[in-house]
Amino acid sequence: MSDFPHTPPRFSATFTPAVNAEIRRAAASGIYDIRGGGTKRHLPHFDDLLFLGASISRYPLEGYREKCATDVWLGTRHAKKPIHLDIPITIAGMSFGSLSGPAKEALGRGATIAGTSTTTGDGGMTEEERGHSKKLVYQYLPSRYGMNPDDLRRADAIEVVVGQGAKPGGGGMLLGQKISDRVAQMRNLPKGIDQRSACRHPDWTGPDDLEIKIHEIREITDWEKPIYVKIGGARPYYDTALAVKAGADVVVLDGMQGGTAATQDVFIEHVGMPILACIPLAVKALQDLGMHRKVQLIVSGGIRSGADVAKALALGADAASIGTAALVALGDNDPKWEEEYQKLGATADAYDDWHEGKDPAGITTQDPELYKRFDPILGGRRLANYLKVMTLEAQTIARACGKNHLHNLEPEDLCSLTIEAAAMAGVPIAGTNWIPGRTGF
Amino acid sequence: MQSFDLGKEGLRALNSALHALKGQTNMTAWEVVNPKGAHAIAAGVDAPVDITVRGSTGYYCAGMNKQATIRIKGSAGPGVAENMMSGTVIIDGDASQYAGATGCGGLLVIKGNASSRCGISMKGIDIVVHGNIGHMSAFMAQSGNLVVLGNAGEALGDSLYEARLFVRGSVKSLGADCIEKEMRPEHYAILEDLLRRGEAEGKAKPEEFRRYGSARKLYNFNIDNASAY
Repeated sequence: MSDFPHTPPRFSATFTPAVNAEIRRAAASGIYDIRGGGTKRHLPHFDDLLFLGASISRYPLEGYREKCATDVWLGTRHAKKPIHLDIPITIAGMSFGSLSGPAKEALGRGATIAGTSTTTGDGGMTEEERGHSKKLVYQYLPSRYGMNPDDLRRADAIEVVVGQGAKPGGGGMLLGQKISDRVAQMRNLPKGIDQRSACRHPDWTGPDDLEIKIHEIREITDWEKPIYVKIGGARPYYDTALAVKAGADVVVLDGMQGGTAATQDVFIEHVGMPILACIPLAVKALQDLGMHRKVQLIVSGGIRSGADVAKALALGADAASIGTAALVALGDNDPKWEEEYQKLGATADAYDDWHEGKDPAGITTQDPELYKRFDPILGGRRLANYLKVMTLEAQTIARACGKNHLHNLEPEDLCSLTIEAAAMAGVPIAGTNWIPGRTGF
Repeated sequence: MQSFDLGKEGLRALNSALHALKGQTNMTAWEVVNPKGAHAIAAGVDAPVDITVRGSTGYYCAGMNKQATIRIKGSAGPGVAENMMSGTVIIDGDASQYAGATGCGGLLVIKGNASSRCGISMKGIDIVVHGNIGHMSAFMAQSGNLVVLGNAGEALGDSLYEARLFVRGSVKSLGADCIEKEMRPEHYAILEDLLRRGEAEGKAKPEEFRRYGSARKLYNFNIDNASAY
């Protein structure tokens, strides 16, 4: 034994304990990791942007005294009945099946109190959702589960889903544990089987077909409903342009931080782009076509606060949409269930096995014993509170920037803290006029 | 008989008039002339009326139909009777891709041939094709009956669920998890009924068909089936 000091153990930066654990898990189970939620990796995000605020060259508005409007019209391009929302924050599509009936009811209740819309998902429209949602967007998905003309006509808008941020190019997944009698009946599938929704629509392929499909939906609904097209953040410039060309009234753009009910972890973590990189490209496409503010842009994927909303709007979006944050507001991942999360091998704020249907909070489950824990009236109130707080936060920032409407926020109100965020968002690094990739460096 | 000249009056006027029939109508017979391949003809009808389209149609004719009987005196473009809920759609000629896609009910009759993906993701519709069907037909078909008097193309019934597929002629290949199954008395009864309602009674007999359905091996994930995905 040498007297020299022993080299201390050194962990690999490539083969970290977490990586090795995943290799062992894959070797033991023979199946890829499936989970809910969005990407967990660190990404350039809205946290990397700051507002400049008013000074001598710009005048701020008086907080609580001077009006800063927050409303938004969606679907003004073609629809006879566009949607008018009090706030520019909507609830994203989440299916009945992935969520319990009471959770869907709570989303409707909360959105209605706050003056905004909620959205169905890959499982059809439920009565509790329609009944409690003043404004309900009906998703038109490749699976067409539960699709029928009556629900199409009683929706306030229709969202043709091409993709979502958590898995651009991927279809849905709802494993057998959550296919209860009611879910099976709504989806016309045997109970208890793994249900995999298609990734492509069954009756159209490509942008020219999409135009004809949108035309058919407009004919069926007598041109009343706004038609959204939802895309995952993959090629937002071209996808936005093609959606506009196909006749969309609204483009919904979901970055890779956007959640999913269940998908392969490898898909969630390695496919798609962060929403920060997506928004300027989509806005550019709209501007190049002369359609900015004529075709509205809703963005989602990691929206958590009024600051995030304000930043998304400053980059050119018309509204932002929340999914994961709405579930947290309802009570998902609440530390009060920590003991039960531990039994499931998880911990509060990190529980993501939504596909197993064992959610202690009673939200991502079809187990009556679990979902009866969840009070949809209280959940709705909590969501409404949260939406109102976000709106007040966004107004606070907008007033500080001298804006009397959230839509008056602009890229010039922003600066960036990092080179990456500056390049993606197209705003200069703080203290400089440098936008990497744009100004000749 | 209400006669509607699509060339003169336009699609919006036609569909608007047909939608207005819901819940109250004594105008039960309609004729559409000069369709000229227009898209979405008679899409979203919800009334027990008879509509005859004199000519060929574009995409999505009779889309989401409820209750109506729609006859196309020509051929139909892609997605005819897509997501049909009830009623009957009869095509004298051929049908393009995705005929009867995601249909939840009713009867679709194609007297000519159907192209690829006929009955894709069907959810309860009955489809009777007098001729042949193309590749990937009944992909992910969930329920309902597909009856083919002619031949089927490649990958019939790939990843299907509980739909029943009856083919009288040859099948080029079966898709993943699709197998031939025994014909039992109830299947002959289904065929007899569908051949009669599908205006094919004199053309084929139930005993001439073979039945295909799901092996149900892909219903729950098993890593040893990975090569099938």
